[in-house]
Amino acid sequence: MTRLALALLLALAAPASADRAQVAAGEAAFRKCASCHKIGPGAKHATGPHLNGVFGRKAGALEDFRYSPDIVRMGNDGLVWDYEKLHLYLENPKTLVSGTRMNFRGVRDEAERAAIIAFLRAYSDKPSDIPESAPTNPGGDPQVAAAILAIQGDPDYGEYLSGECVTCHQVDGADEGIPSITGWNEDDFVTALHAYRAKHRANPAMQLVAARLSDEEIAGLAAFFAKID
Amino acid sequence: MSIHLSRRGFLGAGAAASALLAAPMLRAQGKPRVVVIGGGAGGATAARYIAKDSKGEIEVTLVEPSKTYHTCFFSNLYIGGFRTWESLEHSYAGLEAGGVTVVHDMASGVDRAAKTVALAGGGSLPYDRLILSPGIEFVEGSVPGWSEADAGVMPHGYKSGTQAALKAQIDAMPAGGTFVMIAPPNPYRCPPGPYERISMVAHALKAKNPTAKILVADPKEKFSKQALFEEGWGKHYPGMIERIGPDFGGGNVEVRPGSMEVVIDGEVVKADAVNVIPAQKAGMIAAAAGLTADSGWAPVNAADMSSKMDENVHVLGDAAAQGDMPKSGFAANSQAKVCAMAVRGALTGSKVFPAKFSNTCWSLIDAEDGVKVGANYEATPEKIASTESFISQTGEDAALRKQTYEESLGWYAGITADMFG
Ligand SMILES: Cc1cc2nc3c(=O)[nH]c(=O)nc-3n(C[C@H](O)[C@H](O)[C@H](O)COP(=O)(O)OP(=O)(O)OC[C@H]3O[C@@H](n4cnc5c(N)ncnc54)[C@H](O)[C@@H]3O)c2cc1C
Repeated sequence: MTRLALALLLALAAPASADRAQVAAGEAAFRKCASCHKIGPGAKHATGPHLNGVFGRKAGALEDFRYSPDIVRMGNDGLVWDYEKLHLYLENPKTLVSGTRMNFRGVRDEAERAAIIAFLRAYSDKPSDIPESAPTNPGGDPQVAAAILAIQGDPDYGEYLSGECVTCHQVDGADEGIPSITGWNEDDFVTALHAYRAKHRANPAMQLVAARLSDEEIAGLAAFFAKID
Repeated sequence: MSIHLSRRGFLGAGAAASALLAAPMLRAQGKPRVVVIGGGAGGATAARYIAKDSKGEIEVTLVEPSKTYHTCFFSNLYIGGFRTWESLEHSYAGLEAGGVTVVHDMASGVDRAAKTVALAGGGSLPYDRLILSPGIEFVEGSVPGWSEADAGVMPHGYKSGTQAALKAQIDAMPAGGTFVMIAPPNPYRCPPGPYERISMVAHALKAKNPTAKILVADPKEKFSKQALFEEGWGKHYPGMIERIGPDFGGGNVEVRPGSMEVVIDGEVVKADAVNVIPAQKAGMIAAAAGLTADSGWAPVNAADMSSKMDENVHVLGDAAAQGDMPKSGFAANSQAKVCAMAVRGALTGSKVFPAKFSNTCWSLIDAEDGVKVGANYEATPEKIASTESFISQTGEDAALRKQTYEESLGWYAGITADMFG
């Protein structure tokens, strides 16, 4: 897209100059993303899918891109790229999709994320239909706090608790319809369960499981399953 | 002198009392013994977990007449042509390898005073704790004209290993023939089971016999996942399925196995295949052991699944009157783990954590059109009480429904590995 066309588009969509400044900041910050993601008229898939119209779209839904099975699963479960979910994903992709192929450390700075999201929003189908920011603060600090990640899980307690998991997830690590949860990195495991507990992830059965787990219990499960190959 | 004697008496009694208290942990005659009756979803899980977690400290014996177990779960998918019969079959070899002694016999009685289980083949097994998970029995006379002796002609397909006769009848139906199901009243095993079965019968007939008709006589006003099933039936099998609820006499039925007729509210229907699912109660041995209430089910304490009639006996799965959980394989497996922990704690002093139960039931409506319902439960002094739940929504997209079906495949592999090792 030419600069003029973008300026026109923005003039239609986001009249306030503050927004224009944010979109411009977002365009600059998007350079981090641009080695893998293209955006603008005629943008094609690259290492990552093109990002035109990503706002409001179901995750993993472009037919002609080969996504990770995990992001497709999350999309089917109900992950839609709205303001809040983009924030979460940009901050730490593994919050929402443990097996994502997006190999990206994340953007820690909230204002920078907001700018990138404002930029993406400008390339959505109908920017004017999208609220400029989520009506409420998207759940406080979505990032699992360092203190929680630092909890040393008790694998024996985790083994007892795992009884609830292995009715569906196989201990031998088979991945048939239900993802394998053995041999994971503990931080990823903890991050995933916290995301279900916070209802950032949509699978209803997993939300129910996570709802009853304390931070220590999650750490125990992570420690137990990490040991199983 | 008398003072001296009484003091000796007092001391003696004290020593005896403390020996009694310590008895479960320090049995002179050997390890504590657990006997489990029934090697299904509840019993196999309980036996496996007690043997596994006690690491040989408890002697576990499982009594089960059958050499193999065919899961009722996914038996509807077998009828629909999505699973083979062999894929539902599981052996007890894994349990034996895990330290469980498996006795292939029928438990014929329980002497709760002597703490022994009598075996039909002779002999008896002593226990310190007994666990019953015998599944269901049919209530005699609940479908007038039908008794279990008629199951060859009008099969129920509602106990382990009995679905092949039903499938054979469906396969043999003449073109444009009629399939009738007599649906059961509450409570019964697997609330969505009859309706998943209707879906699978419709799927099989749609391919081979598309002008066939399905009639369901149902004594219940409402049924599990009703909106989801009715939406699916309208979409996949339009005009094929008719359900007659209680308002139209669906609860007023009689069957005539001799002439393959079903009488629904006075009207005679000539059928080509009839699936009778009678009213249900706890498996026979629960009543024989004196553990059932007037309802026919065995009341239990939610915290450890112990019988309300006997603290040394636990009842799991379909046979138990526990509160809010549906009678499902998932629920039986969940209850078994709570019970295993409690029994182990009582017999070896191992740590007992608060009881936690959960259940998810998947159903298949048509190829790749899966739905689910699930809930969390906790133990209250009165019952197992539901705390939170979810259910699939009508109008979900095909990708989600396919994913839900695929989840059910993963669950089947997971739970059967968890039951049988
Ligand atoms: C068509 C159908 C579909 C279903 N689908 C699902 C599903 O999708 N998901 C789900 O979770 N559940 C499902 N269920 C329900 C599930 O099968 C039962 O809830 C579950 O099997 C109950 O476990 P249980 O241990 O109580 O009984 P069972 O699994 O029936 O086991 C009882 C065992 O006890 C043995 N036994 C009985 N009496 C004696 C005795 N006197 N001595 C020794 N052994 C004895 C029997 O031989 C049997 O092996 C379905 C059921 C049906 C019928």
